[in-house]
Amino acid sequence: MRHKESGWRLGRNTAHRRSLLRNLVTSLIVEERIETTLPKAKALRPQVEKMITLGKRGDLWARRQAAAYLMTREAVTKLFDTVAPRFGDRNGGYLRIVRTGWQRGDGTDKAFVELLGSEKLQEEKRQKRAEVRAKRAAEAKKALEEAEAQAQTEGGAPPSEPAEGEETKQ
Amino acid sequence: MPNPKRRHSKARTGNRRAHDSLKRHSLSECPNCHEKKMPHRACPKCGYYKGREVLDVEEAS
Ligand SMILES: [Zn+2]
Repeated sequence: MRHKESGWRLGRNTAHRRSLLRNLVTSLIVEERIETTLPKAKALRPQVEKMITLGKRGDLWARRQAAAYLMTREAVTKLFDTVAPRFGDRNGGYLRIVRTGWQRGDGTDKAFVELLGSEKLQEEKRQKRAEVRAKRAAEAKKALEEAEAQAQTEGGAPPSEPAEGEETKQ
Repeated sequence: MPNPKRRHSKARTGNRRAHDSLKRHSLSECPNCHEKKMPHRACPKCGYYKGREVLDVEEAS
């Protein structure tokens, strides 16, 4: 009989689980997208929706209740000022969970969770990451070319080669 | 304790295992890059899901 087995225990005791979920909820509200395993993403959803409901209420008592759950003051401010107002016309379903692949080691489903309406922000973050990647690739390429040039100067005939190596560098 | 009375023949073992074969996953086609991908998941090849690029897929250089 599958009785009394609702919810996600996530292999942790109550305190550990509560702590984990508080951390995840705080991160999600601050970052708008987080990557976790699928069970954690699913366990996270009701907690986030409760926080957003508090944010929509917007009064002092709601703010204190949210502050008691969220880990940072910054997250509370963001929840009440920017996140909750976005969902004024929506009753629940504030999150999107997309499966992305599998975890090495134990094969768990990985997924990302994001707040609806954060697509633009995600796109900006993605672009920034791409720029950083491109920059790093360019630097690596340059370093490789320099190393090759140096290897040539060292490997070839010493008197004539150095000038040639500098030419290729430019 | 109960113990086996007779030995199993190889055929009996094989016949029992006849139904144990693994099935292939059914795959769907990615609408963006037309590769086969697991359904309800972001495409591992191009990073698209539901018409939007959602993952950073590193290009092999
Ligand atoms: Zn694809």
